[in-house]
Amino acid sequence: MSAESLPRPIVPFVEFATLLRGEGFAVAPEQTRSFVAAVGLLGPRSMEDVHRAAVATLAPPPERREEFDALFRLLFLGQGLAATAPGAPEEEELEAYDDRDGGLEPPEPEEAEEAGGAPSGAERLFDRRFAELSEAEALRRFRRRAPRALPLRLSRRLGPSKGGRRLDMRRSLRDAVKRDGELLALPALARRRTRRRVLLLIDVSGSMKEQTDGYLRFAHSLSRATDRLEVFTLGTRLTRITRALRRRNPDQALALASTLVADWDGGTRLGDALQAFLAVPRFAGFARGALCVMLSDGLERGDPAAMIDGVERLSRLAWAILWLNPLASGPGYRPETSALAAVLPFVDRLGDGSSAARLCDEVLTFERRAA
Amino acid sequence: MAIRRSIVGIDSPDRLAGALRDAQYLADDGLATAGYLALALGKPLLLEGAPGVGKTEGAKALASSLGRQLLRLQCYEGIDAAHALYEWNYPRQMLAIRQAGEDYVNIYADDFLIARPMLEALRHPSDTVLLIDEIDRADHEFEAFLLEFLSDFSISIPERGTIRAQEHPVVILTSNRTRELHEALRRRCVYHWIDYPDPTREAEIVMMRASQVARDTAWRVVAAVGALRREPLAKAPGVAETVEWAEAATLLHEQGAPWPTAFKRAVGVVLKDQDDLAFIEPRLDRILDESAA
Repeated sequence: MSAESLPRPIVPFVEFATLLRGEGFAVAPEQTRSFVAAVGLLGPRSMEDVHRAAVATLAPPPERREEFDALFRLLFLGQGLAATAPGAPEEEELEAYDDRDGGLEPPEPEEAEEAGGAPSGAERLFDRRFAELSEAEALRRFRRRAPRALPLRLSRRLGPSKGGRRLDMRRSLRDAVKRDGELLALPALARRRTRRRVLLLIDVSGSMKEQTDGYLRFAHSLSRATDRLEVFTLGTRLTRITRALRRRNPDQALALASTLVADWDGGTRLGDALQAFLAVPRFAGFARGALCVMLSDGLERGDPAAMIDGVERLSRLAWAILWLNPLASGPGYRPETSALAAVLPFVDRLGDGSSAARLCDEVLTFERRAA
Repeated sequence: MAIRRSIVGIDSPDRLAGALRDAQYLADDGLATAGYLALALGKPLLLEGAPGVGKTEGAKALASSLGRQLLRLQCYEGIDAAHALYEWNYPRQMLAIRQAGEDYVNIYADDFLIARPMLEALRHPSDTVLLIDEIDRADHEFEAFLLEFLSDFSISIPERGTIRAQEHPVVILTSNRTRELHEALRRRCVYHWIDYPDPTREAEIVMMRASQVARDTAWRVVAAVGALRREPLAKAPGVAETVEWAEAATLLHEQGAPWPTAFKRAVGVVLKDQDDLAFIEPRLDRILDESAA
């Protein structure tokens, strides 16, 4: 529906919804309708009524409330944004790359994979390949054990169970009918368990150079062990490499993944990459109820506020956050940077990420701390 | 979208605020507006806020000011349809089959259906208020299931067919925001973020809820609680704690304790965490002094 065909009094309300969407608020058409209806219901006697109706029906998340109010003032009261917008405007938008077909194009062409001039990322990968040989053994053991050790969640479905606490009355009744009303056994039910989704976020910035190869191999092993896995790399940009890692052959999978990731060993903008991750609803949905494994040293240049906020939001989405840090190799390790210390309350465990073998141990033995 | 301008005589946010006040609940303008819109638009009301700001109390007050029965569904990890919707009374069904012998018996009659809060709300939408409490404690799966209920207000029971509400029931959801709710759920609701009340309102609440408390005491308690909430505590005191502190201190004072001591001795009703108590202990005198000013 074009703006011209709307009744004139409604136009600003619809425009406001459009403006919000442009700023990354999730506003459904249904909510716009409620908004218009709500304004009508309230009179409106004053601009305050319009504002309250907007807050109640468009439901801005509390942490973005100031931004929401600023946009409201911009559209309805004609006040400028510059003075009120709390977050400094970003000089460049972080883009999110997705390896799904039809998504954004990967930054480098894929056919380079087998051709002579392999892309630099893959090249470096292959060079580092033989660095740690015992790692292969650790990963093989991990693949064997992971299916039983990865966290489970309760499914909504009930299934027969010996130790279940609820009687399977339906089955009892049916059995009884077969035997002319006689009950011989009391079958029990319990909720089934299914595998929890795992979200793997890999920091590929320059400071993590030594680890990225091992981390990717670990990611590949993990993707062989569970099909409920999403993998992203964070650097100067965000890249989804889940699909690339699905290849059976680890070398092929890693080569394919490395053609997708265009920001190997680049600068560190962990906070911005996290924010970009959370801003795409489909990606953020991957974190919901998942075990989130973060492979990063948490070194953030510049203002750590974006990173702290990102981890906090992630912690509210995820079931648990396991942060594995290559610097945390000793048992007495305490986070030194203020950014890492600040995100610690949102992290369920800060563990040792100094080698792929350590990663395997950490993930296999992880248990969520009691909330 | 069915719009009801007025529901049992409540036709504006101010009326609702008045009705809630009669039910001993002081709502601010934002809450009254959100509540009125939820009633008028026939949508669920989603209340989010820190523990102890009065979300559940608000729902209770709304039910009593509408003259309706409150059906409370407390969520917890692992809650499922049998607890939220309905269950068949299997032992009774079995007995009925035995008793009937050769005769026919309808074991899916109402007698054998145990209605849980959500089904009860659908059957009597105009007499009840459904409170789905602490939805953030339930699993994501339950939340998804709730979506279906909240958009159609119907439940299908395989043995009986679909039960649909005659009108949209009044539904209130609360969340402590220990985790993010699904966007789709927020979208279906009228939303309000409840904050701690401002000092004037909180003092009013204290005097309304605790009849024995003097005005000065109420103000002092509110100021002290306000200061406590600014400290980095594990569990910030809620409104109920403020009221209890005022009441407890008044009681001790009547038994002969002088003022600052009465507050200090009653601090156990406002801080209920050993670490918090240990942290506040050395600062408590200063906080109480400042609140007396």
